[in-house]
Amino acid sequence: MHTPGPILLQDRPDTGLDFDVERVRADFPALRLEVHGRPLVYLDNAATSQKPQVVIDRLRDYYAEENSNVHRGVHYLSQQATEAFEQARWAVAGFINAPAPEQVIFTRGTTDSINLVAATFGRMNVGAGDEVVISTMEHHSNIVPWQMLCDEKGARLRVVPITDAGEIVYDEYVRLLTPRTRLAAFCHISNALGTINPVREMIAEAHERGVPVLLDGAQAAPHWPIDVQELDCDFYCFSGHKMLGPTGIGVLFGKREHLEAMPPYQGGGDMIDRVTFERTTYNELPHKLEAGTPNIAGAIGLATAIAYMERVRRGEIAAYEKKLLEYATERVREIDGLNVIGTARHKASVLSFLLEGVHPYDTGTILDQLGIAVRTGHHCTQPLMDRLGIPGTVRASFAFYNTPAEVDALVEGLHRVQRLVG
Amino acid sequence: MQNDSIERREEEIVEAFAFFDDWMGRYEYLIEQGKQLPPIEERFKTEEYKIHGCQSQVWVQADERNGHLFYTADSDALITKGLIALLVYVLNGQKPEDIAHAKLAFLEKIGLQEHLSPTRKNGLAGMIKKMKLYALLHENGATEGN
Repeated sequence: MHTPGPILLQDRPDTGLDFDVERVRADFPALRLEVHGRPLVYLDNAATSQKPQVVIDRLRDYYAEENSNVHRGVHYLSQQATEAFEQARWAVAGFINAPAPEQVIFTRGTTDSINLVAATFGRMNVGAGDEVVISTMEHHSNIVPWQMLCDEKGARLRVVPITDAGEIVYDEYVRLLTPRTRLAAFCHISNALGTINPVREMIAEAHERGVPVLLDGAQAAPHWPIDVQELDCDFYCFSGHKMLGPTGIGVLFGKREHLEAMPPYQGGGDMIDRVTFERTTYNELPHKLEAGTPNIAGAIGLATAIAYMERVRRGEIAAYEKKLLEYATERVREIDGLNVIGTARHKASVLSFLLEGVHPYDTGTILDQLGIAVRTGHHCTQPLMDRLGIPGTVRASFAFYNTPAEVDALVEGLHRVQRLVG
Repeated sequence: MQNDSIERREEEIVEAFAFFDDWMGRYEYLIEQGKQLPPIEERFKTEEYKIHGCQSQVWVQADERNGHLFYTADSDALITKGLIALLVYVLNGQKPEDIAHAKLAFLEKIGLQEHLSPTRKNGLAGMIKKMKLYALLHENGATEGN
């Protein structure tokens, strides 16, 4: 285990940020793009976020000046790369207030993290006749790994119902925590509806009954300060690319006792201690769960993204995004025949809706012609769409670099859709 | 009976689209075409007649009459309906072997290139495939009947 000490992130010089959205936008080159001859209005942040120049530069600099494999070399470059990589781990640990960096496992993303838990912790703890609890609003990545586990083990998947507004029916959740429940898994924030789940209470409820909880934090980490100790979650999963970082890098945080007890996920280099054909012993955390050459550049890029977000001040990010979502919700509600899908009391970032009589595909295609990027369809939440009785939604999802003017453009675009299609 | 060839029908469409300077006009025209599509009977709105890979629902069905193929179709999204209406217009009443070998070059010429991408999920490739598949089936059928 490497202990690099205080974080020395090689960032660009501070641009002296206050939270000024126009200045923030200037940091993101992609926001200057034109689409179909019009300025890009990027409202698909729940799918992925744009990247600040510092992250782009950091990736380039890594490959130009520091590239080497980690953990194995004695030469200078490999020391540099290893330092940077392990410092990135510290940065992530600080970002989520993990007790120790070795509890931060780098993965390919949220989906990879959840699969890792299902394949190791899940297999170890879930047996025939046991139960795993999830909710109706989950993303497929927080459904399918559990289905696969339950199928393999002869266990039962229980699903907490939701209200029409898109909130968990709390009493039903409690009812579904039975003596057979071995794990509960929920999204912190819903990607299709924007619902912020009462995860602290849900975790406390589960722990009273000895049930560990995994949180899918893919939509939360970009928008909401995460403190895994305060949440007391057993596992927390999120993706770098949704929070200004590169693709192909994600995080699994786990409580130490779970991670220590979990068998390895993938076998290979780095996760071993000693290999012989008779017997192989495994490395300690975190390396036990990180086989092969990691996404070194990805981890370093993620740390740079975290540093950038810290500079923009995360409390202000959440406050600004809240205001923007409120403004957007107000404005779209002015449109006749528009139904907001997902009206939980507490929401973040996501505004899903349908125009009456207009297929979401038509809406999205026409908005695209206007340079407005939204997402249409089931958003990888087919069971949720079935529950709501709709084929899909149009989803606008905001980040702290979006503006009220962009909301106005969206509303104008929707009026045009209605004129064209009505 | 269909007197125009597939190519002649394609030319008509290319000309009609060339008339529009901007995308709004093209989409309006496309949506109009969709509205004029001969409707598919409800009994054909099943999995068997559905195109897969679409974000919207699209059904296509074909009948053979006197060695020529006739299509009906529908979609719950207007743009997709327009696209399939164009295909039906071009291929309707043609001989199965002509349909099976049609290059359908008009699609690239009408300024809706983005819809040709398989990632657009409008199943355009799927529609073409299904319509040609019907043609192939009837091509074989016709041969066997002789």
